[in-house]
Amino acid sequence: MSKPNERIRRTHEKVMAGLARRRAAESRFRLYGLASIAGGLCFLFIMFGSIIHHAGAAFQQTFMALDVQFDQQLLAPDGKWDDEVLQAADYGALLKQSLAALFPDETLDRQQKRALSALLSSGAGYELRNILVADRELLGTTQRVWLPASDDVDLYAKGQIDRTIQESERRLNDQQLGWLDKIQAQGRLQKRFNRTFFTAGDSREPELAGIRGAMTGSMLTLLVTLLLSLPIGIATAVYLEEFAPRNRWTDIIEVNINNLAAVPSIVFGLLGLAVFINFFGLTRSSPLVGGIVLTLMTLPVIIIAGRSALKSVPPSIREAALGIGASQMQTVFHHVLPLAMPGMMTGAIIGMARALGESAPLLMVGMVAFIVDIPGGITEPATVLPVQIYLWADSPERGFVERTSAAILVLLAFLIVMNGTAVYLRKRFERRW
Amino acid sequence: MRNPEKQPSTAAFSREHAATVGEVHAPRARIQCRTVDVHYGEKHAIHDVNLDIGHNEVIALIGPSGCGKSTFLRCLNRMNDTIVGCRVTGEILMDGQNIYDESMDVVPLRAQVGMVFQKPNPIPKSIFENVAYGPRIHGLAGSKLELEEIVETSLRRAGLWDEVKDQLLHPGTSLSGGQQQRLCIARTIAVNPEVILMDEPCSALDPIATAKIEQLIDELREDYTIAIVTHSMQQAARVSQRTAYFHLGRLIEVGDTAQIFTNPRHQLTEDYITGRFG
Amino acid sequence: MQKSTLVFLLLLLSALAFQVGRQKSLKAATGQVKNLHSLPVYYGYYTALWCGLPALLLLLLWLLFETPLITQMVIADLPPELASLPGDRLSLLINDIRNVVSGHIAASEPAIQLAADRYRELKGLSDLILSLLAVSLAVAGAAWARQRVVCGFRARNRVESTVMGFLIGSSLVAILTTIGIVLSVLFESIRFFQLVPIGDFLFGLDWSPQVAIRADQVGSSGAFGAIPLFTGTLLIALIAMSVAVPIGLMSAIYLAEYASRKFRAVAKPLLEILAGIPTVVYGFFAALTVAPFIRDVGADFGLSVSSESALAAGLVMGIMIIPFVSSLSDDFINAVPQSLRDGAYALGATQSETIRKVVIPAALPGIVGGILLGVSRAIGETMIVVMAAGLSANLTFNPLSAVTTVTTQIVTLLVGDQEFDSPKTLAAFALGLILFLVTLALNVLALHIVRKYREQYE
Repeated sequence: MSKPNERIRRTHEKVMAGLARRRAAESRFRLYGLASIAGGLCFLFIMFGSIIHHAGAAFQQTFMALDVQFDQQLLAPDGKWDDEVLQAADYGALLKQSLAALFPDETLDRQQKRALSALLSSGAGYELRNILVADRELLGTTQRVWLPASDDVDLYAKGQIDRTIQESERRLNDQQLGWLDKIQAQGRLQKRFNRTFFTAGDSREPELAGIRGAMTGSMLTLLVTLLLSLPIGIATAVYLEEFAPRNRWTDIIEVNINNLAAVPSIVFGLLGLAVFINFFGLTRSSPLVGGIVLTLMTLPVIIIAGRSALKSVPPSIREAALGIGASQMQTVFHHVLPLAMPGMMTGAIIGMARALGESAPLLMVGMVAFIVDIPGGITEPATVLPVQIYLWADSPERGFVERTSAAILVLLAFLIVMNGTAVYLRKRFERRW
Repeated sequence: MRNPEKQPSTAAFSREHAATVGEVHAPRARIQCRTVDVHYGEKHAIHDVNLDIGHNEVIALIGPSGCGKSTFLRCLNRMNDTIVGCRVTGEILMDGQNIYDESMDVVPLRAQVGMVFQKPNPIPKSIFENVAYGPRIHGLAGSKLELEEIVETSLRRAGLWDEVKDQLLHPGTSLSGGQQQRLCIARTIAVNPEVILMDEPCSALDPIATAKIEQLIDELREDYTIAIVTHSMQQAARVSQRTAYFHLGRLIEVGDTAQIFTNPRHQLTEDYITGRFG
Repeated sequence: MQKSTLVFLLLLLSALAFQVGRQKSLKAATGQVKNLHSLPVYYGYYTALWCGLPALLLLLLWLLFETPLITQMVIADLPPELASLPGDRLSLLINDIRNVVSGHIAASEPAIQLAADRYRELKGLSDLILSLLAVSLAVAGAAWARQRVVCGFRARNRVESTVMGFLIGSSLVAILTTIGIVLSVLFESIRFFQLVPIGDFLFGLDWSPQVAIRADQVGSSGAFGAIPLFTGTLLIALIAMSVAVPIGLMSAIYLAEYASRKFRAVAKPLLEILAGIPTVVYGFFAALTVAPFIRDVGADFGLSVSSESALAAGLVMGIMIIPFVSSLSDDFINAVPQSLRDGAYALGATQSETIRKVVIPAALPGIVGGILLGVSRAIGETMIVVMAAGLSANLTFNPLSAVTTVTTQIVTLLVGDQEFDSPKTLAAFALGLILFLVTLALNVLALHIVRKYREQYE
């Protein structure tokens, strides 16, 4: 071995020689890290941006003003006009008449007439009926009414129709566009707040479709989930954490719960289909079955959160209560559980938020059916918001793209509120022992 | 802090201090510390320390818990950089250059000033990899053969070679505590440092392992400068030539080990040496 | 009586019983509560439990077995030519009858009308019997419990053991769920493997389940070779993990080792938002934005990219999995003791050298556990692939072509009208069995590694 000083000098030279390279590697590595985070967040913003961008239009809907002559002859030919007649009257003809009146100097063949009628939503007739049923005095008069336009006209009004595309590829032909230009010039097209979107159930027509049915379904399903998973989840957490002996049996339960938390959600759907629908004969598509399936899925989340909440209650509290002669059950229910409650609630809310966003297992138990009516109870067929999003995303009509995005926004808003509450609860009641 | 009445005011302390601190300069200084202060956030951990560490000497830093001896040691290779909120002012010169200078790179500094910690901390890899890690990152070995040679030399110098030569590929954590600590020393000397800092290297070890480490320190003195923080006064007496006594963040007294232990100048040093507190 | 009314009535009776039991205990104690073994409320709870619990249990059992029993009885009363129909036709018939009963449709033939009437009659009878039984059980239970309330009676212990029973019962739900999953997929899979040999299923290269239905030849012409599904699933999971692992791991490293406290406080929750977004949203985004984008970019380079490419689904799924990898890795990187880092720093290692050579190897078991959980999630993820990946079972590893996955096929096979005995629907359960087993193995392995690792540093 050479003399120490010489050796140290050589070492120092070698270290200095590699330094620039290593410093560069260091900053590169750091940059990769930063770029990864930036990449992830970028995706998040692009996704939100894209959805908000698409969704914006859905909150407005195009209405068209028509001068409707509530023609007695047409609506009630035999002079009687009680409710039944008014319900069944031919409003379609009335609309055709009113539309044709917009273009008095054009004579139209049948196909053109149909093209003209297609400018209005198929729900316009019902609208007319509702107006008339509400105020019968209108019969025989001519009124200017605003009626929902069809989804294609809606796109036209929002400037989403590309006129450069070949006519045959377009949803609106040249003549329809000509009509619309004239109608718009007369100020008969107006974009209004889309109330239908919040008050209607599903529909095949984008302009008539709303999320109320799906929202109600989601609420009912979540209600079932909450009522089942909260007591069972808390009870399990309390048992495992406070009472259970430490033996192989409880080990199995514990491993099993951790594993259930990671089982793909669709497998729970298969369970629901095979056991609850086929074996026990519960109603398909009902919030009851959906809620039970989501309960089984949410339970592990609630149990795991509940156990860690119970764990964080210091043993001194238990000893204090036991020390004055309380039974173990009294100790847990009077002292430990109330202290652990905020943590458990946080877990429960997070579990509920996950259940609200879940769709795959619900597809399996038939909550994917096309359901127009708003469900009235937990045994009636229903769908839920995420499944509604899935259904609309699959629909070919362009008008559904914006509605899908809008429904996503509504769903995300709920999730943000729920998670926000959970964060608030955690911050508000967080206790350091 | 059992003697609060012995806390003189700063001004009074300075006067008294100058008279009793002893010779802070070393004839062949390797590291020179000038007016070093260390803050952890609000806490003032080291007050105005001046101390030299000379060539090929073993200097022991002693003092009661929390006196700042470890903090001071960690200043010497800027290990305190890893602690958030730690601020070092003053000058620590090595080869005439302040190591806290803007232009100073900690990487070559730490290659020059190695450190052994209180608890053995082998990297979760094989024994061989533990020793080879330093030379590898610094590019000290030109070939695999050279690297193996470095590993063997280092392990031999750390007195570990005979015990581990057949299990070089076993994980470093499989060794006993004393062996792990010697492995950490081997890891440190594999980079050929000029100075080795040891932060209570034996506090987690049994007496036999401690004796081995102490013997090792004595042997290493030939080639290296060693600063060792220790809780044990016997150890300080056994291994060091100079001893510095710290109290509440201040350097109270420094001098030849024999002098400090037999004839302390400062009352606090004497109290500590005689076991009145500690 | 409506079942909800019955439940309400039983709850009311229990509340009454609570009062009765409490009063009785007070009377027995002659005004001195300390004469009693337990507090008066416990005598109240005891009586209420005896009143409500048996009746509610009866109600639950009734609910579970009412429909199948009534259905059996209705079938038994059907004219023989209807009762002897094959299974799937019979279940359609039963559906018709039920629909007639609930008034959704009108009966198409008199036999059905008759059966519906019978169904309705049995249902009414069953409701009546249930109401009578439940209420008398409640009253009898309360009376019995009340009679047992005396001074020395240990009501609290009884109540507490009932609560204990409920706690234990609840913790069994998790076990029952697993058993339920295993049994449901196993039974249907066994039926499937009776129709289609298990070897053909596991090693067959051709997947076209719809053929069997169209040709109406059970099992013989439908192809149920699941290899294309497995490769498709693996391909997409591979793409997803090759996005999620580097990005997730590097993010975790940056957050744990480099980021300032402020940056971490902002970036970490933002990244975790990715885990909270419903998968259907990812699916929509993948199908609407990412897939066309990739197709257009591909077209610019002269590549023909399927509009339902594996790449699009895998990419978006990878983004979804980032937080799973990063938050677990972050935990484990933070759990690596500072002394290990100090050891490397003291040798003069730079921060990145310390991370790569010391921190990552030390945290490796935990990181691997996190990645395995991520893989399990990628394999089991459904909505993204249903919406963004295709249905065509191509046996390919080209990420630009369309592939299908196990989960996609389960959904397509089971959504919509289905006959429960056809190999088509049973195949979905066989796929579910494979999916469950594979993810189970991954999860158990991952959880085991993670648990072991946690013990090491605790």
